[in-house]
Order: sequence, then structure tokens, then C-alpha cells
Amino acid sequence: MPIIEVKNLTKIFGKNPAQALKLLDEGFSKHEILQKTGHTVGVNRASFSVEAGEIFVIMGLSGSGKSTLIRLLNRLIEPTKGSIFIDGDNLSKMDKKSLREVRRKKISMVFQRFALFPHRTVLENAEFGLEIQKVPKEERREKAIKALEMVGLGQYLEQKPNQLSGGMQQRVGLARALANDPEVLLMDEAFSALDPLIRKEMQDELLDLQGTMKKTIIFITHDLDEALRLGDRIALMKDGSIVQIGTPEEILMNPANDYVEKFVEDVDRSKILTAQHIMKRPETINIEKHGPRVALERMREEGISTIFVVDSKRNLKGYVTADDASEARKKDVRDIEEILRTNVPKVEKDTPMYDIFTVIHDSPIPVAVVEKEKLIGIIVRGSVIAALAGESEVSTNSAE
Amino acid sequence: MLNNVLDFVPKIPVAEKIKQFTDWVTNSFSFLFDPLKKYFEDLMEYVADLLGAVPPVLVILIVAVIAFFISGKRFGLPAFSIVGLWFIYNQELWDHLINTFTLVLIASLLSVIIGIPIGILMSKSRTAEAMITPILDFMQTMPAFVYLIPAVAFFGIGMVPGVFASLIFATPPTVRFTNLGIRQVPKELIEASDAFGSTAVQKLFKVELPMARATIMAGINQTVMLALSMVVIASMIGAPGLGRNVLSALQRAQIGPGFVAGIGIVILAIIIDRFTQSMNKKHDHV
Repeated sequence: MPIIEVKNLTKIFGKNPAQALKLLDEGFSKHEILQKTGHTVGVNRASFSVEAGEIFVIMGLSGSGKSTLIRLLNRLIEPTKGSIFIDGDNLSKMDKKSLREVRRKKISMVFQRFALFPHRTVLENAEFGLEIQKVPKEERREKAIKALEMVGLGQYLEQKPNQLSGGMQQRVGLARALANDPEVLLMDEAFSALDPLIRKEMQDELLDLQGTMKKTIIFITHDLDEALRLGDRIALMKDGSIVQIGTPEEILMNPANDYVEKFVEDVDRSKILTAQHIMKRPETINIEKHGPRVALERMREEGISTIFVVDSKRNLKGYVTADDASEARKKDVRDIEEILRTNVPKVEKDTPMYDIFTVIHDSPIPVAVVEKEKLIGIIVRGSVIAALAGESEVSTNSAE
Repeated sequence: MLNNVLDFVPKIPVAEKIKQFTDWVTNSFSFLFDPLKKYFEDLMEYVADLLGAVPPVLVILIVAVIAFFISGKRFGLPAFSIVGLWFIYNQELWDHLINTFTLVLIASLLSVIIGIPIGILMSKSRTAEAMITPILDFMQTMPAFVYLIPAVAFFGIGMVPGVFASLIFATPPTVRFTNLGIRQVPKELIEASDAFGSTAVQKLFKVELPMARATIMAGINQTVMLALSMVVIASMIGAPGLGRNVLSALQRAQIGPGFVAGIGIVILAIIIDRFTQSMNKKHDHV
């Protein structure tokens, strides 16, 4: 069962949302509604669910409604319509008291500009959530220190936030959220205010922490690279609507529409795509059945100059070249093993494309893609270049 | 001809109405004003006696020591305090100084006690802000002397009407700055406070008031200075203190004593101002 389920969540800013809501149902766009009624559609009928332990990234450009959406999830902004279920309870219908309880126990938030309390020390910031819950001083201190140690700030308990660097401040923000031991972490552009190196470090740390904590994380970002690095699934937003939800690969490979495609265009594909995305179906001969004659024939048919050799279980044995096969036929050699070359350039199926470059550069023949020594595909230079250029056909070849 | 248009409505008896209203308030609420006056008079006399009972040397020393610490262990303010207070003592104005200080102290305390909650209310409600702001404008722009009249009507003459008048005159800055300070708390901090499940009261005391502290202190500083200026004016309705010396010098055209009393007020003003300001700075650093 999903831990968070959002159904038709809508936020309209303005005095008379009912009218705008009606227009929305009639299919008018955000822009038209603004012109007709002066109301801004913040979030337009967003529906999604988040599984426990998942990192769910909501991505969009500024103005796409992602910050509004995350604030609807803990009702920092009141929804106009729609429902939010957390652990099966309808958050959108809760009275103030139950809402407070959910905020205290189940959902914590990390903010873009850290939002640390400047008049409190690092430790006092981290224990804020517990203090609000009136947890006895000793206990909350202990939990806050533990959370701070988790993010590597055990040495800075008595400092004031403004004495720390940006990255460290956000660690305090993270520790403050973690000290409550919530089920769900809402992270609103949490790393966007940090410089790129620190940001990457924080992303890695978050993934490390997530490995041990297994929280449910809803992460907002405008940065696709960040989304792809962190997200188990990504929701793309535009004009308040969610235009696509999927795993990073699904989004890269099958953009739902032009908007997503445009977004995805700029990604450095070499870091995202792996060998299996760009490999082709290999031409092979069977070492147990075929000899140089068959090899030569197959190569002629396919118009290639080398062919890979496998056994009946498709384990990679090596390759033969057209020249060797032709020579062998003249000398009437029947055994393929005599002309078999075993120094095959090969990569694993999940090797990133970035690392394939060097292998393929040094290799006169196509690179073999293997999974536990089984040949599952080959990569030729052409397909690498095609993938970098963003041709979507590459995905069809990865089906096997 | 044109004047006739303006004369179309005869003079509206506003002044009479206000007088009638004030009379009505005086009569109807005398059961409240009389004991209030008595209670405050006793309180102020008690405070003044208490302060006056401390030997001046001791007062000067204590002030100097406090000045030394709150000014960051520098010697300027303590030196000024010693010389200034000694000068007042030397001019035989010490008792008047104590009276003035008592009035300022009580008036400021009351202003702060009343002003901060009103400021909080304003910051929380747009309606309250819209209603209270023009009243504050009115209170501050009305010539201060005018307040002396109802003060006398309600409380007779003496210390209490002085405090009442300075309360009206000096409270607005505290109200305004409290409102401003709370409204200036960054939205993200309010969101953070809400996101962790604070109640309204927790948010106010753990986030908003501490964050607004510097601004509120600036407002209190202004309130204290306004209270001081009003306390001097209040000598016209019989409030004791340095103002009375100024007033009597004015009435007799005695330039010398007038200036001496005036300088005494300036010295007190500077010391009070520096004290309230540095309290603010000190909290900034902690």
C-alpha cells in the first residue's frame, strides 16, 4: 500500500476559486483561466502515489507549481480541492489538531533556504521538532545529537547557524527533520541553494542515509541531473499539472510529450545511459555447431567483418574475423577454435556509456555487452553516437 | 455669495460634544478612575521613595558599573554617567531627577505591557491592523498638550494624569514596531515552525517574538524617549520632576535655572537612550 496517495489535488490562488475550478473542469488552460478570472492555477488535479521507502522526485521549472504541490502535502498551503492520504488517513479533511499531530510525527520538511532559526544553536535547531512535541529535555537532546551525528555535525552543537557554511547549514536542516524520526521527508529544492560540488556531495550523502534509513522522501528540484541521480521515480510538472511520472529511464527514453522531450534534451546522456540502452542484437555463431564456413557466410550476409562466437548457453567464447575465416576455408580448417580470438572487448550491461567511450575507442571491433559472461548485445560506434544525439530508437534495441 | 454656500451648515458643536463625552466618561467611570488614581499614586510614591532612599553616590556608582558592562567594557558611557549624574546632584536637582525617572519608568513599563500585546494582535489580523493603524496615527499626531486636558478630567492633577498622558503619547512606537517585527519574520521560518507542528502560541514565543526582538527593542527605546518628553510636558498638570523646574523658569523668564533643568533632562535622556539601545545590541550577539 502506498504511504502517500494524492488524488486530483488542486490549488487555485484567488478570492473565488469555485469559478476557476469550473473552468478548469471545462478544460481551459492555466493561461486562459488567469485571463478570464484573474485566478492563478497553482496545481492542477495532480494525482500520484508514493510507496514507502521510495525517493519520489517532483521536477519542473520555476512556476510549474512544484513548490506549491509539496506545500499542499503538509497543508502549509490549503488545497482548493482533492485529497491527500497518508497511511490511509485523509490529511485534507483533518482538523487542526490532527494535522499538527501528523506534522509532528509523520512528515518533516527541509527547506530550500534552510530556514534555520538564527537565534538558536545548531543543537537547539535540531531539537526544535521534539521541543514542540514537549519531549523531555534529556531525551530530545539525545535524539537531536544522534541526528546531527548522522549528518556529520556532531562537533558543531553549540554554534549558531550563521557560523556554518551553506552545506553545513542544510545538514542542520536535514538533522532537524530527521530528529523527529518521521515517515516522510519533504525536501523542497533542498540542495538548490548550494554550489555544485557541495550539492553533489549532499546528494551522495542523502542516498547513503537513505540506504540505512529507508524513509519515504519527496524531493522537489528544477535540476534534471539531480532528479535522475536521486529519484526512484520522477514526476514532471508543467503549468501546475503532472505531465509524466516514471522511472528516470522511462522519462529519458519515452518522453510523454514535447515538453518532457525538451527538458530531457539537455541532459548529459552519457551519464545516464548504460550499455544495455544502446546495444544492438549481436550476430553470433555457435562454437559447438558452426565452422569457419558458416562464420564467413553469416558475415557476408550481414555485411560485417567480425562475428561473435558463443556456446549453446550463449556464453561468450570470442570472435572470428572475416580474414581469418577466409584463410581457414582456403586451408580447409574445420575447427572454429583454431581461428578463435578471445581478447574480446567487453562491458557489463549496466556500464554507463561514459565508461564505454574509452573501451570502444581502442577497439577495432564492436564491444560485447555481457551479463554474467552471457553475450546479450554488442555496441558499435554508430549506436554510441546515435544515443548521444538523443535518438529515441535506441530504446527499442534494449528490449532483449 | 460663495461664502453662503459654505455657511449652509451652521457650526457643528464638535467641541461641545467632546466635552459632553468626556464629562460623561469622567462621571460614569469615576468608580474606576478614583481607585486607579489612588493605587497608582501610592505605587509611584513608593517607587520614588525607594529610589530616593538610595544614597546618590551609590546610584551613580551602580549606573556607572552597569554602563561599563552594557557598553562592551568601554569607558565613554560610564564616564558620562558619572559626570552627568554628579552635575545633576551638584545643581540640587537630584530629587526632581528621581521623580522624573519614576514617571518615565512607570509610564514606559505600562506602555510596553499594553503595547506589545496590541502589536501582536495587529500582526496576526489584517482587520486589527487596519483598525488600529489610524488610531495610532491620531495618537501620535495630536499635539501632546491636548492629552493633558482629559488626563486632568479623569485623574485630577499630579503624577497619575502625567502617566496617563504619556501612556497615550508614548505607546504607539512599541505597538508599531512589535507589529512590524513580527510581520518581518522570514516566511520560511514561519513555514518551518508550522511544518514541525507548532501551535500558534509555540510559534509566537519560540520563533516570532525572538526573531522580532531587535525591532521590538527599537520600538521600546522610542517609547521610553517619548515618555520622557511627555513627562516633562506633564509638569504643566502638576507632575513633579525636572519638567516642573523648566516650567517655573519659563513662567518667571529665568533663563539660567531653565537651562540647568533642561540640561538635566538631556543627561537623563542620553543615559536612558544608551541603556535601552545597548540592551538591544547585547541580545543581538548572544
